[in-house]
Amino acid sequence: MNKTFVFIVNKILRCLLLLFGVSLLAFTLLKLSPVDPVLASVNYDPNLTVEQYERIAEYYGLNKPEPVQYLSWLRNFLSGDMGMSLLHREPVADVIRQKAWASAALMGFSWVVSGLLGFLLGSVAAFRRGRLWDGIIKWLSYLQVTVPTFWIGLIFLLFFSVYLGWFPIGISVPIGRLVSDTSLIERFHHLVLPALTLSLLGIANVTLHTREKMIDVLNSEYVLFAKARGESDFQIFINHGIRNAVVPAITIHFTYFGELFGGSVLAEEVFSYPGLGATLTEAGLKGDTPLLLGITVIAAIFVFLGNTIADILNGLLNPALRSYPS
Amino acid sequence: MPLLQVNNLSVSFDQYGRGLERFVTTPIRSLSIEIGKGEILAVVGASGSGKSLLAHAIMGILPANAIVGGEIKFKGNLIDERSIKKYRGKQIAFIPQSVNYLDPSMKVKNQVRIGLPGIKSERIEKQEHLFEKFGLKKSDGDLYPFELSGGMMRRVLFTTSMISPDTELVIADEPTPGIHRSALDLVLNQLKTIADSGIGVMLITHDIISALKIADRVSVFKDGCTVDDIPASFFSADGESLENEYTRMLWKSLPEHSFMEAI
Ligand SMILES: Nc1ncnc2c1ncn2[C@@H]1O[C@H](COP(=O)(O)OP(=O)(O)OP(=O)(O)O)[C@@H](O)[C@H]1O
Ligand SMILES: [Mg+2]
Repeated sequence: MNKTFVFIVNKILRCLLLLFGVSLLAFTLLKLSPVDPVLASVNYDPNLTVEQYERIAEYYGLNKPEPVQYLSWLRNFLSGDMGMSLLHREPVADVIRQKAWASAALMGFSWVVSGLLGFLLGSVAAFRRGRLWDGIIKWLSYLQVTVPTFWIGLIFLLFFSVYLGWFPIGISVPIGRLVSDTSLIERFHHLVLPALTLSLLGIANVTLHTREKMIDVLNSEYVLFAKARGESDFQIFINHGIRNAVVPAITIHFTYFGELFGGSVLAEEVFSYPGLGATLTEAGLKGDTPLLLGITVIAAIFVFLGNTIADILNGLLNPALRSYPS
Repeated sequence: MPLLQVNNLSVSFDQYGRGLERFVTTPIRSLSIEIGKGEILAVVGASGSGKSLLAHAIMGILPANAIVGGEIKFKGNLIDERSIKKYRGKQIAFIPQSVNYLDPSMKVKNQVRIGLPGIKSERIEKQEHLFEKFGLKKSDGDLYPFELSGGMMRRVLFTTSMISPDTELVIADEPTPGIHRSALDLVLNQLKTIADSGIGVMLITHDIISALKIADRVSVFKDGCTVDDIPASFFSADGESLENEYTRMLWKSLPEHSFMEAI
């Protein structure tokens, strides 16, 4: 059997196992929480009668024993049906589809921006290693790693929206209007702050890794030779630095998908940005099991994909497997 | 005034051993050489005698923990790690010792083109011309360094030094091992030709026999010191005009030498 085939089968099995574990864990945690999903789905309406309560519970299958609930969710999921959201009264797949774009825009933008900035900052630090700029960049990176996401988000919110008044607070659609009526510019406007926060969070990771890798490159004999040939620092960066450090940096940045999603949940909460992250929080707080499981599974696949891509890139980097495209 | 003058050069390394104790090693203690315009100086000596370090010290590419003493003068001007920058790749060309000095991620033709003057088409033309001149195929340019044979790699490294029209000094760190006869003669002839045009050449080598074909003088290194500096003509069959004991021993120990004595 060939190697690639084994690799793919192995990955798929692991992914399935992961999804099973993650969904079971999420389900268990949700059932252990004190939230009553039936009451939450009607917004704790005090007029709800016992009969109505039971009809809703029966409709969503919430009257069955919990293991049965999980298994029936699993069976439906495997046949492609993610179930109905209690809160939105719509199929989970539809809810996710509506929110996914907002989240994809947010995370995609942040991922690219933080990657580019991180690579540049890491490179500057490496070229100036041991000097002032290296110190500043390193210090800021460590600082960023230690500061929690929501805190940075709140600071941004206070500074840009409340103090400067540049950006609207919350919701990617102005209040009282339909999504379809909002212009692209308005949506972008609402995207800026959460995206900025999330970008900032991703920078330190790439910066520190790029710095390490770029220092290796700068200590290499081929860079010595480039110097001996009269190449300036800038030429060395363009001719040798980027091409030798960029793949490891991208690899590291793919493993960052997990934190990116986690960060987006917080950033969306802070800025009331209606993406998957905010929806996930809502589903959790109101005991909307199908929605929560649906988003959790999607997020797990997303993170798994990031790590798998990083794995593959790493493999390509391994000198034993390396063969450059010609 | 000589082109290049190295007086009493020393190179030490500040190192950390076990348990973070600091110590200093001094692989180069006292090297002195001189190269005039159009002159070829062969630098010989056992492995580890400091030949490459001398070249790196001149080019200003020693590691950060190196401490340099003594003086290096190019055309009468003292040079150090900072002032060498204006000469590198222009007046002074360097040919390094191993393939690790090529960027592993870049096709060799693109590496040769770096630093070539002119617009893109001119650079391509010049690079292809250089490849042809040194017996490299046009398709060899599409290879990555790790795909080159030892001899091809030497020739590629060699072409990188033939780039600037302002070159006055070439420092070649073992440009010949591993290349076959005809390519060897090509490289030696090329060095001879550029020397005849007034360029000074420092040829670091283990291959004394080949070096003697073109060298004017020979400098002998031992354990980081210059122990001898003599005209190339002193190396005769039995070495009787070699006064220095170490030089004579080096000469007699050559495998080619006993071969020559046998016939
Ligand atoms: N970065 C370094 N730190 C400490 N010692 C070093 C360093 N670089 C070289 N040396 C030492 O300096 C000595 C001279 O090295 P050098 O490379 O100049 O030898 P060489 O004469 O070129 O030998 P070869 O003929 O094998 O190329 C060696 O003993 C080596 O161990
Ligand atoms: Mg050497």
